[in-house]
Amino acid sequence: MSKNKHELVEKHVGWLAVFAIIAISLGGLAEITPLLFQRQMSEPVKDLRPYTALELEGRDIYIREGCVGCHSQMIRPFRHETERYGHYSVAGEHVWEFPFLWGSKRTGPDLARVGGRYSDEWHYVHLMNPRAVVPESNMPAFPWLAENVLDGRLTERKLRTFRTLGVPYTDEDIAGAAEAVIGHTEMEALIAYLQSLGTALR
Amino acid sequence: MSSFWSAWIIVITLGTLIALMILLRWNMTNYTGIEEGEPMGHTFDGIEELNNPLPKWWTILYWLCFAWGFIYLALYPGLGNYKGLLGWTSSNQGVLSLEESRLAVEKARAEGMNVQYDRERMHADDKYGPIFQQYASLSIEDIAKEPEAVKIGQRLFLQNCAQCHGSDARGSQGFPNLTDGVFNWGGEPHQIFTTIMQGRNAVMAPWVDALGEQGVVEVATYVLSLNGRNVDRDAARAGEQQFAICSACHGADGKGNTALGAPDLTNNVWLYGGSQKAVEDTIRHGRNGVMPSWEHILGEDKVKILAGYVLSLNAE
Repeated sequence: MSKNKHELVEKHVGWLAVFAIIAISLGGLAEITPLLFQRQMSEPVKDLRPYTALELEGRDIYIREGCVGCHSQMIRPFRHETERYGHYSVAGEHVWEFPFLWGSKRTGPDLARVGGRYSDEWHYVHLMNPRAVVPESNMPAFPWLAENVLDGRLTERKLRTFRTLGVPYTDEDIAGAAEAVIGHTEMEALIAYLQSLGTALR
Repeated sequence: MSSFWSAWIIVITLGTLIALMILLRWNMTNYTGIEEGEPMGHTFDGIEELNNPLPKWWTILYWLCFAWGFIYLALYPGLGNYKGLLGWTSSNQGVLSLEESRLAVEKARAEGMNVQYDRERMHADDKYGPIFQQYASLSIEDIAKEPEAVKIGQRLFLQNCAQCHGSDARGSQGFPNLTDGVFNWGGEPHQIFTTIMQGRNAVMAPWVDALGEQGVVEVATYVLSLNGRNVDRDAARAGEQQFAICSACHGADGKGNTALGAPDLTNNVWLYGGSQKAVEDTIRHGRNGVMPSWEHILGEDKVKILAGYVLSLNAE
């Protein structure tokens, strides 16, 4: 080997990989790892409650339909955001979210505090055809949600999974989960979920 | 944050910066044993690699970046529990309720803390506070006559109300038109104010079980006859006989009751459509109109201006 020590990484791709991994890990180690052990990251806000079975099914529909692609659920601490959406989002509101749905794209408005802002009826009309209430909207319509009926086949297991992840569902919650959603349409589930958003910080 | 994690962050952050500085310094020396500008003994396709030093402009930029990094870390909270010389923070972190948030704002203000979001709000209050102040003392009727206030009200309306009532405030099926002078919950200024502040929940029960299919059709026919429509007289007469159950809310004359939000059925204004079929549907399945409460979202001052705006839309 010549006197050129740099040849170690220039000519040995294995060493290059090792150093590259170390280099890119440092940022995560400093910024992410400590967060996993912060009380702030695991302590729920005072009025936080787990999603009901129906809301949880609605949340899955929210995920399935890709709502997160156009709607964020994260109000940043700027006045021009809080004037429109309400108090900025805090960590304690999201401790029972797996995965969180903060999103990073706002083609439509932020939904972090949409709960209670509009009536159920409005959500129904709006999801069936957004143009019916907001003529300038470019949101797609989701009419099939009103036809698809939930069978509750996986609801119990979903709650159980969430309990494994630390969401305080009781045995009764889990036992009654399927019954709570059977016969409801996906539309009802999604609206129930939307109406619950952001209502825990009071 | 525990002192362990604080130290962890500080060691990794500063360690990385220092290690990079050492690496850069090392690469500025010629450690290859080959004279500057001489071939490195590496050719490919007739192109030779020469031992050239790092470009000067590039290394200077790199050093400036280090300098900026250290200045930034000194000023802002980047190193564990260290708060930074500016005492700056973006917002009050870790609040668990609105009450805690309010207390955190007060505490930050009392202690002169540098919370970016709170300061933004304070500046806005200084700027816009007096404007709202000026209208807070006015009555809703007077606000409705104040062009500036009406303009503010319109902005608020477009931001918060237009989603249901439309940007022209003319509503749509199921969502009331606010410009036609008809208010199911009352059009007096204080009634409009209360409607916006507290929201409303209008419940009409489904009547198909009590009336039967034929009854539904007859009552719908009678209701339409109250609006001067040409209808089947016999059906209307039969409907009138059954209207007693409706009169509990809509009144014997069908003129409605603002205390219950029961619409006037004689003014030819139809929230859910005025065709025979639409009115039948309303009677058959009932209706549930919900106006959300805006007290906690907008606050009293803004709601008052909004009430003034809505009132202004109905001024002749």
